Amino acid sequence: MESPEKVNAQLPDLATAGVDDDAIEYLSRGKLIRRRFWRHRLARLGLPVLLALYMMAIFADFIAPYPAHTRLKGFKDAPPSVIHFGLDGNPFRPYVYARKRSFHPETFREIYTEQEDEKFPIHFFVRGERYEILGLFKLDLHLFGVDEGANITLFGTDSVSRDLFSRTVIAARVSLFVGLGGVAISFVLGCLIGGVSGYLGGIVDEVIQRIIDLLIAIPTLPLWMVLSAAIPREWPVEHTFFAITIVLSIVGWTGLARVVRGKLLSLRDLDFVVASKLCGGSDLYIITRHLLPNFASHLIVTLTLAIPGMILGETALSFIGIGMLEPGVSWGVLLQDTMNFGALVHQPWKLIPGVFIIVTILMFNFVGDGLRDAADPYSL
Amino acid sequence: MLSIIVRRIFILIPMLILLSMISFVIIQLPPGDYLSTYVLRLESQGLVVDEAEIARLEQRYGLGKPLYTQYFRWMRNFIVHGDLGRSFGSYGSSYENKPVSDIIMERLPATMIISIVSTIVVWAVAIPIGIYSATHQYSLMDYLSIFIGFIGLAIPNFLFAIIIMWIVFAQTGHAVTGLFSLEFKHAPWSIAKVIDMLKNVWVPVLVLATAGTAGLIRVMRANLLDELNKQYVVTARAKGLSERRLLWKYPVRIAFNPIFSTIGWLLPAMVGGEALVSIILNLQTIGPVLLTAVLRQDMYLAGSIIMILSALTLIGTLISDIALVWLDPRIRYD
Repeated sequence: MESPEKVNAQLPDLATAGVDDDAIEYLSRGKLIRRRFWRHRLARLGLPVLLALYMMAIFADFIAPYPAHTRLKGFKDAPPSVIHFGLDGNPFRPYVYARKRSFHPETFREIYTEQEDEKFPIHFFVRGERYEILGLFKLDLHLFGVDEGANITLFGTDSVSRDLFSRTVIAARVSLFVGLGGVAISFVLGCLIGGVSGYLGGIVDEVIQRIIDLLIAIPTLPLWMVLSAAIPREWPVEHTFFAITIVLSIVGWTGLARVVRGKLLSLRDLDFVVASKLCGGSDLYIITRHLLPNFASHLIVTLTLAIPGMILGETALSFIGIGMLEPGVSWGVLLQDTMNFGALVHQPWKLIPGVFIIVTILMFNFVGDGLRDAADPYSL
Repeated sequence: MLSIIVRRIFILIPMLILLSMISFVIIQLPPGDYLSTYVLRLESQGLVVDEAEIARLEQRYGLGKPLYTQYFRWMRNFIVHGDLGRSFGSYGSSYENKPVSDIIMERLPATMIISIVSTIVVWAVAIPIGIYSATHQYSLMDYLSIFIGFIGLAIPNFLFAIIIMWIVFAQTGHAVTGLFSLEFKHAPWSIAKVIDMLKNVWVPVLVLATAGTAGLIRVMRANLLDELNKQYVVTARAKGLSERRLLWKYPVRIAFNPIFSTIGWLLPAMVGGEALVSIILNLQTIGPVLLTAVLRQDMYLAGSIIMILSALTLIGTLISDIALVWLDPRIRYD
């Protein structure tokens, strides 16, 4: 039921379209999808945020002022640095004060006091520790930093004096790409197995479906726990990362295989497929030109909505100590420091990596919802 | 109806057997086994290893034999004696050599209480909100519930638990860990103990229920919105049925279907989510036991827990499928 206002609002459109031929736009499917997606406000917010997060992960070593394992001697559990502005007559020039540690006389907790006579300007594009970007370039340029004698810890430091900002930025690499990796493996497995199941049908279909039923019946988190506990603890970080990706996708592909199979089964006998077949279209032609475009969008939606689950899975596993392990860093590893919730009262900045997780998951859900709306551009 | 149930039960049996096999194989993945770890532990404590005892255990569980022999021994002991094997004390020394079934039975009540209470809270909150959201689309409440839903979806359970503990601790200085106060921890069940539990149980329930509510509101809202746009609703309205009766008699009932079809997955999902929360809150449930068991390769304990959880899921799925056929006469399994 359409309200009268809505109908009226459409009328001028129709009128001008009739008069002025140039006003008629012929929109391709892709254009329609993009238009629908951008109409989803939350998705419009989510996409740039996600892109920014991934750029941050890729250029983490450049953005982070310190390497992940550098200990800032004497700065255990230090709060975030306060950035002041106005140095040498320039009101926008940022600087930090050097900080001095003392201990609370009763609790022996660290207290950091700013030394107001020691100003350290924040330099941009400074030389620092060497690192590699994408394994291609060796660089020693960092986005910002301060001179020897002070330090800058935007998110404070952890219980062994490491800069939490640097670690959060660097940890984004594992946390963000574990989702993409897991989804990539799930995608291949899901399409392959779901495709075979839907295309061949019969006994093969039945067996594959029962196997999927079985896998779904095993509770996800306990299964992940058992599998990732089997990862040898002495493995290097890259191997562990890869192993966790596989563990996450072992459950992930089942949902996708079901979508692929269901779509194949429902589309296989539709009129337009039969028509194409009668016109002499080959199987490959029908699959690539007719079937795939029909459910590719649904696949993308399913994939996008599967990523946050995997990111959360890795975070949870790392948090309880069976996912990524030191020296590997992920947001879950960083959050281990919050396990001592009594200390959180004095060091709330240790929850900051959690904010990154929440934002990432939210944005993926926004984008996923937007894509779901856009997936079927011809529906109203 | 009866034939459907019978056939489903027949399919269930091989599935359960397969599941027990999968459980057994995945717990064998980590290197090392029960006996070698047990002997190592005894030796590290400077105790004398009793050869006869070792031989007896070896015989009973078929250790050192091929995997399939071990599996058959394990299953036979389970079916004949109800013996799932023994823990080798991964979860505190008081559990050492304790039968796995005893440990699980000891932990099951708290697990069930938390899961069931959380489930009831989820339904009691999510269903009315979902219905309201769908019938008052784009209202303030609708946006609010969408917002809460997204937050519930995005905050990891364990982080939420920590944040609640942090806030409660900062405000009151009281640590909301554990399920019971010290004086009730080992006391037998009594009214006072239940009251004491209620003081602490709200934290895990709140954490688990928030996650569950977020999902269910979305499902309920989407389902009901789909139904509300259908022709039969318009027809019923045109015929002059009151809005309230119209809503409750048809669309709401149909919108319930997907909820019933996932009822079976609820308990295992709760136990899974509960595991993490319990580890952080130090609750006496199955979750923390499973974690230490997989970490220390306490294979009979870990394998049995996985098997029981999976079996519960399968049985739950069966029950919800049957409930669905009974509820919605349009569904036919042929």
